[in-house]
Amino acid sequence: MASGIKGIISLGVGESDFVTPWHIREASVYSLERGHTNYTPNSGLPELRQQICRYLHKKFGLEYDYSQEILITVGVSEAIDIALRCVLEPGDEVIIPEPCFVSYKPCTLMAGGAPKTVSTQEANHFKLMPEDLEEAITDKSKVLLMSYPNNPTGAVMNREELEAVARIVEKHDLLVISDEIYSELNYNGDHVSFSSLPGMKERTVLLNGFSKSFAMTGWRVGYAAASEDIISAMLKVHQYTIMCAPVMGQMAAIEALKNGEKEVKRMKAHYDQRRNLIANGLNQMGLSCFEPKGAFYVFPSIKSTGMNSLNFCEELLKEEKVAVVPGDAFGQCGEGYVRCSYAASMEQITEALNRMERFLQRQQKQKKIFALNN
Amino acid sequence: MDDMKIKLLQALEQNHKISIKTLATMLKISEKEVKEMIEELEEAKIILGYVTLIDWEKTDNNDNVTAIIDVKVTPQRDVGFDTIAQRICRFPEVKSVYLMSGSYDLSVMIEGTSMKKVAFFVAEKLASLENVQSTATHFVLKKYKQDGIVFEEDENDHRLVISP
Repeated sequence: MASGIKGIISLGVGESDFVTPWHIREASVYSLERGHTNYTPNSGLPELRQQICRYLHKKFGLEYDYSQEILITVGVSEAIDIALRCVLEPGDEVIIPEPCFVSYKPCTLMAGGAPKTVSTQEANHFKLMPEDLEEAITDKSKVLLMSYPNNPTGAVMNREELEAVARIVEKHDLLVISDEIYSELNYNGDHVSFSSLPGMKERTVLLNGFSKSFAMTGWRVGYAAASEDIISAMLKVHQYTIMCAPVMGQMAAIEALKNGEKEVKRMKAHYDQRRNLIANGLNQMGLSCFEPKGAFYVFPSIKSTGMNSLNFCEELLKEEKVAVVPGDAFGQCGEGYVRCSYAASMEQITEALNRMERFLQRQQKQKKIFALNN
Repeated sequence: MDDMKIKLLQALEQNHKISIKTLATMLKISEKEVKEMIEELEEAKIILGYVTLIDWEKTDNNDNVTAIIDVKVTPQRDVGFDTIAQRICRFPEVKSVYLMSGSYDLSVMIEGTSMKKVAFFVAEKLASLENVQSTATHFVLKKYKQDGIVFEEDENDHRLVISP
């Protein structure tokens, strides 16, 4: 519906508005010029896996063996799919905190698992509460699949909160698939990788990639880091379905890890200021939202308007040409919320906020007239 | 200098039209603090001015020519290149003056209404200065990028309107 309308400002996009930093694009072009157009090893270029191990060590103090414990995938999306396919037996339950990325439930179902969602609440800043997790666990529970910093809510979990989750994971002997694609976009201190918690490395499949941190969504490069058992099983599925991630993207990813830190910081500083602007603007117009701490999304409540999420999004798009995403696209408990991305320019955000305010005022007026007539 | 001032300068360097109110929201400080900081930075001559980058080629007023002049200078005792550089700065035709390393000393950018005028300015005003040994004039034919801004850029957003 949105794609046909002219003059749209979209805050509905799940990717950076920056293009991939030039030095990364240039490195990929150079690799093509030198003729790097062949298959890579199934698990990915050794140099890239080594760089990833170096990165994980430097950032989170993690120790992985690049030759046995890292697999390069076609984005984290592929990694989610094959990780689930490798660890699930038919009927195994996968606990998924919601709202969450759209593929978790379908991938679980396709892998023969049973998704068991746990609602997270605005009051808790959309963090996974240990008591809610405990309550969802049954004898069939096998995997906890979660992502912090979170898409769509912008929630992050700090060390103590993750440790509380880790204790339950250990108690019930669960595996964790931790999608940490937004790890570089944490505005509240350093990201804590779930694998780095005591005793968690063995039970965690750590997923990360280049899409969000380096603005490389279209390159489709992600990776999984886990124990040799799990990686070798994932490698089997990967090699028969994908063969290997595209070499151009892998070459670009090497450059990103080697020399990309400055650009990551630059983009993050921009997001951070836009985050302040949009969260402030939404709260002021009466769409309450908690201050998001990570990723590039805000998740305001639209309950005060009396509309449901889909309705709100459709009307806003029709009347003011601003595209946002209904919260229930990310799970039933996202109903009553919408996701706004601040991966947009300052000018676009300001204009979108103006339009949204106008929209809300008009809605309120209509409500009043309606009330008077009845 | 504190971190907040650097952030403020970086924001202003990109766009000095941002309102005080927006700056305050972006940086999470009060409007009063932003105002005071800007005043302080102006007084300290850290913020030197607020100029607008214009692509004059797209206007009717597009017959100005720009030249970059390599100037070789004999440095003077005690003051080095400073006196001569400051003297060159005084000409309103001169847009920028840099002291360079390498095969010449000063890089001087000049703007004039015709090539002839620029050439005469160099011959009469610049080359004739005491201590100037030689000049080499290069005319600018086309500007592709200036102060970090590309003049003709494909600004299309290639992203899908909605994506997960």
